[in-house]
Amino acid sequence: MDWYPLFNSLRIAAISTGAVFFLGIFAAYYIAKLPRLAKGILDVVLTLPLVLPPTVVGWLLLCLLGPKRPFGAWVLESFGVKLVMTWWSAIFATVVVAFPLMYRTARGAFESFDQSLADAGRTLGRSNTWVFWRVQMPVCRQGILAGTVLAFARALGEYGATSMIAGYTPGRTATISTTVYQLWRINDDAGALKWVLVNIAISAVFLMAVNLLETRERQGRRKGGAK
Amino acid sequence: MSLLVRIRKQLGSFQLEAELTAGEEALALLGASGSGKSITLRCIAGILRPDEGIIQLNGETLFDSAAHIDLPPQKRQVGYLFQQYALFPNMTVSQNIAAAVRDRSAAPAVTADLLRRFRLEEAAALRPRQLSGGQQQRCALARILASKPKAILLDEPLSALDSYLKYQLELELQDTLSLFPGPVLWVTHDRGEAWRSCRRVCVIDHGRTEPVMTMEQLFHAPGMEAAARLSGCKNYAAAVPGGTAVLLPEWGITLDCGRVVPQETTTVGIRSHSVHPAEPGTSNVFACTVVRVIDDVFAVIVLLRPAGAGAEAPLLRMELEKAAWAALPDKARLTVSVAPEDLLLLK
Repeated sequence: MDWYPLFNSLRIAAISTGAVFFLGIFAAYYIAKLPRLAKGILDVVLTLPLVLPPTVVGWLLLCLLGPKRPFGAWVLESFGVKLVMTWWSAIFATVVVAFPLMYRTARGAFESFDQSLADAGRTLGRSNTWVFWRVQMPVCRQGILAGTVLAFARALGEYGATSMIAGYTPGRTATISTTVYQLWRINDDAGALKWVLVNIAISAVFLMAVNLLETRERQGRRKGGAK
Repeated sequence: MSLLVRIRKQLGSFQLEAELTAGEEALALLGASGSGKSITLRCIAGILRPDEGIIQLNGETLFDSAAHIDLPPQKRQVGYLFQQYALFPNMTVSQNIAAAVRDRSAAPAVTADLLRRFRLEEAAALRPRQLSGGQQQRCALARILASKPKAILLDEPLSALDSYLKYQLELELQDTLSLFPGPVLWVTHDRGEAWRSCRRVCVIDHGRTEPVMTMEQLFHAPGMEAAARLSGCKNYAAAVPGGTAVLLPEWGITLDCGRVVPQETTTVGIRSHSVHPAEPGTSNVFACTVVRVIDDVFAVIVLLRPAGAGAEAPLLRMELEKAAWAALPDKARLTVSVAPEDLLLLK
């Protein structure tokens, strides 16, 4: 059995989760401080990829990155790099669809964060950066971690936008999801079943991890509330 | 060593206009909930930015809207004791204290010293949620002192506690603060707490501060009705000044004040325990009917309607010791008196 799709899926998911981790936290931290109207608008825009069909996301991404579109053509001309149909093209798709999960979970965690802890740190002479990394992030870590795991699981399961932007080339751009589709298309049910089982196993492990984190967070909150 | 505050701040429809000066003392900032006490503290600490005004601490300008000075909270060196203490839940007691030491190289020594002074050595490795209420307060105070503040702000430090713990922590707080050399601003809505812990008080009502006065003044000559209310006075009647007496039209009586009544007096305040069953030979005697009797823990509260009062007039509330009430022969009709010096002349 050729394990390339598993390896490719995992590295795409890992890289995009890394990107989404910082982007999501950054967006959640700054958007939480904005006035209500700006917050509402940005919230809708940044959450849209969660509810849009992946094909719509894929089409929009191709409009931006395609080699015949202005931006894609400029990159191709200036750097000689084609942005679509490579293994890492899928990262664009997975970042866009996984971002809302990270952003929303992180924002939820930041919003339930007791602001007086940050105020206390600042009146005690500690910088905003110190307060963020040493108090706010550790206090919100369960929520952040849950968001990260959800984003990873979503990136791993991405199919629609990925197939449009990276296509299916065995040994190059194939991921688990595009491989399953390809095997089904050529009537290889036995091959498809193997990848389906691999996918179910990975997803189940991740969802169990999310549940575990959420239970721990609830317990932590209860303990904290009982003081 | 002094703290000078003169600020304005608009928050939605709420307008804050605060003006006060605190010396090397504990100054009570007394106000009902929603009167702007916490907003004032937040502006002083630099957590909130006033719209205009000036804040100075020991001659150093922390905020000055005209000169565009607005020091961040980190540079103000103003200690802030939060209502729920705001201890960092992810750190131990000693980490919480060490985090506040500005000179990092001195942190271990300073922390060890504070742990000893605040009797927290055994709790040093515990997390805030594992501490008792008293330990939490001591840890928060130790953490504030670790940051070497020039002034300390207390935001209703005892309001969330039950009465026995509250009494103990109040004593500890007084002990700690008595050793602190700078200004302390003690926010509370509890007149008793203010009286026990502070010598002077600044009353704040609907976002406006009144001039700072001594606690004795607050109780004996509060001046404003809002201040009288915060001092616990329960009876108010509209008043018409007339030489050394006031006419109270609602109750149909005229009372001697024993002093010239200022022309701007609009209201008279009478404390419940200043109303006594009339003894022979006392002045300001008037007849009342008893409307209602409420049995309190250590006293009896009697609601009275003066004989000349209209149907809409407020009732007069009298507080008596239980024995004194039991000794009264007629519990339906009473003749009561109020000493002239016990009449609070308010505007």
